[in-house]
Amino acid sequence: MSDVIIEARGLTKRLGSGAGEVHALRGIDLSLHRGELTLLMGPSGSGKTTLLLILGCMLTPTTGTVTLCGTATSGADKEGLAKLRRDHVGFVFQSYHLFPTLTAAQNVQLALDIRHERGRRARKRAREALDRVGLAHKAGTRPNELSGGEQQRVAIARAIVANPSIVLADEPTSSLDGDNGKTVMRLLADAAHERGQAVLVVTHDPRIVPFADRIIHIEDGRIVEQPSGEAEPPRLPKAAPFEPLSAVGSQ
Amino acid sequence: MSLTLTLASRNLFHDTLRFVATMVGIVFSVVLVMVQMGLFFGFGHMVTTMIDHAATDLWVVPKNVKCFEDPSLIDLKLRNKIATLDGVATVVPLVIGFSDWRLESGEMTPVFVVGSDLRDGAMQPWNLVEGNVQALSQGFSVAVDRSYFDRLGVTGIGSQAEIRGKKVKVVALTDGIRSFTTTPYIFVDAKNARGFTGTPGDRASDLLVRLKPDADRGTVVQAIRGQIGDAEVLTTDEFRKRSRSFWLFGTGAGAALFAGALLGVIVGTVIVAQTLYSSTKDHLNEFATLRAMGSSNGYIYHVIIYQALINAVVGFAIASGIGALVVQMTAKSALPIVITNWLVAALAALTVVMCVTSALGAIFRVVRIDPAAVFMR
Repeated sequence: MSDVIIEARGLTKRLGSGAGEVHALRGIDLSLHRGELTLLMGPSGSGKTTLLLILGCMLTPTTGTVTLCGTATSGADKEGLAKLRRDHVGFVFQSYHLFPTLTAAQNVQLALDIRHERGRRARKRAREALDRVGLAHKAGTRPNELSGGEQQRVAIARAIVANPSIVLADEPTSSLDGDNGKTVMRLLADAAHERGQAVLVVTHDPRIVPFADRIIHIEDGRIVEQPSGEAEPPRLPKAAPFEPLSAVGSQ
Repeated sequence: MSLTLTLASRNLFHDTLRFVATMVGIVFSVVLVMVQMGLFFGFGHMVTTMIDHAATDLWVVPKNVKCFEDPSLIDLKLRNKIATLDGVATVVPLVIGFSDWRLESGEMTPVFVVGSDLRDGAMQPWNLVEGNVQALSQGFSVAVDRSYFDRLGVTGIGSQAEIRGKKVKVVALTDGIRSFTTTPYIFVDAKNARGFTGTPGDRASDLLVRLKPDADRGTVVQAIRGQIGDAEVLTTDEFRKRSRSFWLFGTGAGAALFAGALLGVIVGTVIVAQTLYSSTKDHLNEFATLRAMGSSNGYIYHVIIYQALINAVVGFAIASGIGALVVQMTAKSALPIVITNWLVAALAALTVVMCVTSALGAIFRVVRIDPAAVFMR
């Protein structure tokens, strides 16, 4: 199978209409690869979230194509896009979005349940995913009894438990302190490097740059800082994993 | 327990106040429907209690008679004509009608007199708790139900009163023979009944026809029809249906009970719909998260439908308990609430339909969820 998990070509997106129309994306070409953690960085309003939504099959581009694991997303209806997400994508949200009435284990299991994976096997996989993020001992705990960092780790467990091809994370460290942010990024890096998943992290947070295999900068709906003649941003030499966030911040 | 069911139950029980409000709505609605329908069945049962307890195969009644209490009369000569027909064992005249009962204090109260040949046993008082039926043939004797003691100024066997100027004596007591009209039934001998109701000697209210064991009912009915001119011959079941139809639908009582039941269904549906919708709105973020994670709309519908079903099951269980209490409390009243197994099953189904229908509003709201909203929060 190809290393390319998701491929976007010529993406544009216009939001609103008339005088209020905004060109959120103005021609994006991009590929995300198996086993690679990519950061998508840029100022507010640059089109990061719009791009994430299109890559995550939640929004359709005005023009251009997205191919996810060999399947073109164009023409898919809402249920079709939901199925693509279900089959291939795991999400980590900035505000965690855990279900407050369910335990940590049940929150993770939910990602399997929507994929019709139930029963003992699902419970076992949920426990294993929690174990991977170091929270097996908190399986029966509700989100409001967990710290922010722990909640985001549960969210990561939920995102990876079904072994999706790609994990899309939206500002996963923005609400966390240095240590928790580092832990979360380490887990996302593990997802890419040990489990071979493509991981895209949308972020403002410069502290997490050392975890990236590749950084894409976006401004005014365009990818910037790529050498002329190259269709896509270059890949970085592999960052030293788990570099202390404090050190990153001082660079 | 499936995770959708867990999520549904947690969504419901998470907000205790709203859950209680929902339960109040469902319980109010189901109990209201239960009581209205129970009254309907109870009324339907009460209006035929005399017909149900008559030991007869066929009723010869005045033409177009509406119910047992109908005061129309038929010619008593028909008795002999019918008695000579093949297959007929006995023909017993029944004399019924309203009369006035004067208490020893002088106070008057209306009564409904039921008189027949008591030796024949075609229309005897039942549930006898004191005295005996044979004593009714002696003098001006009556049998009354002990639930009407206060009303009739009776204290027991031997109590005396006056009907149409005739001194009567209570010689038998029954238990539970209540009249839905609230006018007490008084059982007497046919001869006395004529005097108490003013029925001429050549007339009767109805004729109760018993068939020989080997008689063919259809053939006998045809034969009777050939002899009775303007009168009608009805089977017990036909007379029961006609009486019930008159009292329930001819008088509008049934329609009023159905209207009450319908009101209950509407109120219940609106309350449940409102609370489910508001619960769904409160959990929109969670449903949007599910959608973002890739869940199908069907998965979310399952959660909402499960919420509706949990509401239905818990609400119905509470309402059933209250219903059982109401049945017990009204068992000895003039109009007991009758709840049959079929009514329970129908109410259970109605509760489920009501709750699931109520979920439609919530489902319509969920369909419009934009999963991208999760990224904006």
